[in-house]
Amino acid sequence: MVAKLGIKELRKGLLKGEFTVREIVESYFERIERLNPRINAFITVSRDMAIEQALKFDENPHSIREKPLGGVPIAIKDCLCTQGIKTTCGSKILQNFVPPYDATCVKRLKEAGAIIVGKTNMDEFAMGSSTEHSAFGPTRNPWDIERVPGGSSGGSAAAVASGMVPVALGTDTGGSIRQPASFCGIVGLKPTYGRVSRYGLVAFASSLDQVGPMGKRVDDVAMLLQIIAGRDDFDATSVSIAVDKYCDNLNDRINDMVIGIPKEYFSHKIDPEIQQAIEEAIGIFESIGVKTVQVSLPHTDYGVAAYYIIAPAEASSNLERYDGVKYGLRSNPDKADLTEMYLKTRAEGFGPEVKRRIMLGTYVLSAGYYEAYYKKASQVRALIKQDFDLAFKKCDALITPVTPSPPFKIGEKVDDPLEMYLNDIFTLPASLAGVPGISIPYKLNSSGIPVGFQLIGPHFQESTLLKLAKAFHREIEYNPEIPEL
Amino acid sequence: MENKITIDQVRHIASLARLELANEEEKRIARQLASILEYVEKLNELDTSNVKPMHHAVERTNIFREDVLKQSLEREKVLANAPETDGVFFIVPRVL
Repeated sequence: MVAKLGIKELRKGLLKGEFTVREIVESYFERIERLNPRINAFITVSRDMAIEQALKFDENPHSIREKPLGGVPIAIKDCLCTQGIKTTCGSKILQNFVPPYDATCVKRLKEAGAIIVGKTNMDEFAMGSSTEHSAFGPTRNPWDIERVPGGSSGGSAAAVASGMVPVALGTDTGGSIRQPASFCGIVGLKPTYGRVSRYGLVAFASSLDQVGPMGKRVDDVAMLLQIIAGRDDFDATSVSIAVDKYCDNLNDRINDMVIGIPKEYFSHKIDPEIQQAIEEAIGIFESIGVKTVQVSLPHTDYGVAAYYIIAPAEASSNLERYDGVKYGLRSNPDKADLTEMYLKTRAEGFGPEVKRRIMLGTYVLSAGYYEAYYKKASQVRALIKQDFDLAFKKCDALITPVTPSPPFKIGEKVDDPLEMYLNDIFTLPASLAGVPGISIPYKLNSSGIPVGFQLIGPHFQESTLLKLAKAFHREIEYNPEIPEL
Repeated sequence: MENKITIDQVRHIASLARLELANEEEKRIARQLASILEYVEKLNELDTSNVKPMHHAVERTNIFREDVLKQSLEREKVLANAPETDGVFFIVPRVL
């Protein structure tokens, strides 16, 4: 039974010779074949390449030991470039795009011995909170297939939660790792902006996008971060600050730490079971010696408004490159001129949410509106960051809900964009400030749906978040469940 | 600020963004943009007259590297994803 395995157990079994890499990889593909038709977590499965890699390990078993992730299957969100494997970004405009190079994070994982089993479904260009805005159909939540898995990394979250793969990479621009991780009951970490290279990540909002790990256990997430973090010459915004030893530090003592409880995150209408779970979690942290303190982040409520100006503005500029010339779809049924080809290609290639955000972004950047919208939002962004700076003078991390409500039904919010955007209220501020956040699964609610919470830390303090998450799971003797499917 | 978005405004923005929209899309987007823009009005509750805008999460200044020739992608690979090419150039429809 591979579904429940984490990286450590998997590696132990491989090194002891209990199973071969090929057997492991095959058994995940069996699960994918059985479950993916219902869950739709994968857009592309890279079976042949994975088996080939597995055989190389099996022919040369000492190479499994030499590489930190030797023989570990992984799924990659489909907005990260994978050499020779189709990378669609959930969009019709890139439906046949096969990148000639690997994203830096993908390259590092491959060098560490990880085996890519496939590319996961996502909201088109990572624009969405439900994975319903994919050109390849919605992903379903493995805990209740009538519900959304969250988004935009919904495919990665659902694949890990249902045991189709042990770990995955996601990307987070406004909550796209943390929210689906929470909806699917797994661990998801959005690192500090600049901690992980964005080279080879298809750009959505460049000042916010960040790649991060997703897994069933804190240890798995720490291991992946260890591999992908660090300066990359191909991304000038990646920083050269030394990378912490996330795995070695994971079990350090945390009883001198202070967790802040920001009142603004609890003044909203929150689902009572989510509220109660967080109160319990606070109690558990206190029981293991962590101190808690009330803090205030007064500009929290302005996060959604600032984000939905800044992110679409950056997106409208980034998505100019899809012009039907260099790669991707070209639509020109009447053999018309260049401008006509641009218009037709983009009309046919982009879905409704992407068009909406391009329109919104173009509007707020257009002549006469820049000051009122983009500049104003960037100033509010500074105030939101200042809130965090002040709060972190009093505490090491903040505890907050991930979302105000549990996963909603497929179709419930898809026609009301503003309603969908408001679901991101608790994840957006950390993205705007560039600070790291982790989604930690706790338990199942009365309907059998996962409930958890978010910890947010200061810039480059991923270690603090991982240690606290690990201590929490150790205390509750957390043992990840796999939904019956 | 007036937040009613007219169909003419939608068409103007769409042409700036090189997006062709169907009639019903124009109407829907006009309505949805108006509601989103009404919501973001919220930002005007805050006095930001003395706040420096923030454009980067982590402050960075120019990053330089040595200007040396490095291996880049081969032409064949770069052109492999192009909708139309003659093997040397990208081919586009007539411009004028």
